Amino acid sequence: MNVKILDEAFGYCITRVESFNNEITVVVDQWSILAVCDFLKNDSRFSFDFLSDCCGVDRFPESPRFWLVYHLYSITHNHRMRIKTTLDDAEPVADSVVSIWSSADWMERECYDMFGIKFRNHPDMRRILMPDDFQGFPLRKDFPLEGLE
Amino acid sequence: MALNLGPQHPSTHGVLRVVLVLDGEIVVDAKPDIGFLHRGIEKLAEYRTYHQIIVLTDRVDYLAALSNNLAYVLAVEKLLQIESPKRAHYIRVALTELQRIASHLFWLGTHAHDLGAMTPLFYTLREREAIMDIFETITGSRLTPSFMRIGGVAADIDSKSVRDIRTFIKTFSERVDDYEGLLTKNPIWESRTRGVGIISSDECINLGISGPLLRASGCAWDIRKSTPYSSYNDFDFEIPVGSVGDVYDRYLVRIKEMRQSAWIVNQAIEGLPEGRWIAREQAAVLPDKHNVASDIYAMIHHFKLVLEGMKPPSGEVYHSVESPRGELGFYIVSDGGTKPIRLRIRPPSFVNLQSLVKMVRGKLLSDAIASISTIDIVLAEVDR
Repeated sequence: MNVKILDEAFGYCITRVESFNNEITVVVDQWSILAVCDFLKNDSRFSFDFLSDCCGVDRFPESPRFWLVYHLYSITHNHRMRIKTTLDDAEPVADSVVSIWSSADWMERECYDMFGIKFRNHPDMRRILMPDDFQGFPLRKDFPLEGLE
Repeated sequence: MALNLGPQHPSTHGVLRVVLVLDGEIVVDAKPDIGFLHRGIEKLAEYRTYHQIIVLTDRVDYLAALSNNLAYVLAVEKLLQIESPKRAHYIRVALTELQRIASHLFWLGTHAHDLGAMTPLFYTLREREAIMDIFETITGSRLTPSFMRIGGVAADIDSKSVRDIRTFIKTFSERVDDYEGLLTKNPIWESRTRGVGIISSDECINLGISGPLLRASGCAWDIRKSTPYSSYNDFDFEIPVGSVGDVYDRYLVRIKEMRQSAWIVNQAIEGLPEGRWIAREQAAVLPDKHNVASDIYAMIHHFKLVLEGMKPPSGEVYHSVESPRGELGFYIVSDGGTKPIRLRIRPPSFVNLQSLVKMVRGKLLSDAIASISTIDIVLAEVDR
């Protein structure tokens, strides 16, 4: 897998490329997630047809506080890549990738449920694990382990 | 008409609620409602040291606890860049493959039971019990063994356990023949499962479905082959695939997987290398238990690890294994402290359950029951 190709096509929105323990992480800016993912899925040199996982990370008290992390896998080429982006502290919003991989549906709902990260153009943006009337976002660092009450 | 299936219903395998919108006997739409078993395991993990989390991973998927143990310790080992000894690899493979058999047996029994075949449950639970006994002898526990350690396994396996496993494997293939005798050519079984809940391999990939469900629709992706971990490349085995991707194909794939797993266990036991079962003492690895009582350095090391925990380098890793249900991954973000700042579990059941709506829409209500149980969900893993 040649990350340079991605760099040539999307160099303007790639913040950095990290390599740790043979895992490649590409950090992109939040506005280009949809375009980068679309390219990675449909370009035959990458063919990331399988979205393994999509999850949030809260780096509080660091700023920017929220990461959104995608783990991509290509069944065709048997390679993996991690795409990462940072989101705004006050109102974390990202573009939904459900139009690219249907599997993102519940994963993004879980991100919203646990971190309060909202997704634009998601078909069904509701809580998934916690009850609908639940207050707060449990996996945020400022949410106490024992719960709010 | 809206029909409320669950959360307490024998065929939902735990606490799953599905709201089915019906037109006569046809399912027009289905809305799964999950989260009843949410225990916040990912949150709890942020407050535990790396060694303490092993116990939590048992509770994620209680039908395949050893697979969860393995996926987690492999992720931590990747973060620490330590390698466990060959003997530990083989013991891990033997145990997780036995776990796969146990999990598939439980699935087969309950799946057949859901579709009205009462008998197979009694046969499959008998064999599963034999595996549970083996686990109890080796690990001291049946459902929640917590047997894997960072750098190896908690204890060596002795000759008695090896003998028990051999005895089990010797007769297991005939037992699978028995199950097949009850079901494979049974006309009622075929009419209930053939052509039901079909999903093509492209749809599976797009929906993120992995494991036997994906393989039943013809895509031979198995992490044990594509990215071998824990010395899987030493073993000779095949990946069973289906062609149609219906409930019947998934049944056949899992039956064949049980045979392959038994064959892998056999190879692991017969080729078990000599040596240590856990890596030599180093910063992250617990010292041998008998040394703790006799050697002051080992005792100090033990106390430091248990009370404070170890400090991996800061960074992030993702490691996945082929659990009985599909791709089970652990994503760990470390800031160099004794506790992870994020532990994400990529649960195969959760992702696979998304396919339910696609399987049941426009089909008969009775087929919905077959579709729920064919996914082989463990609600503890779906909800975490």
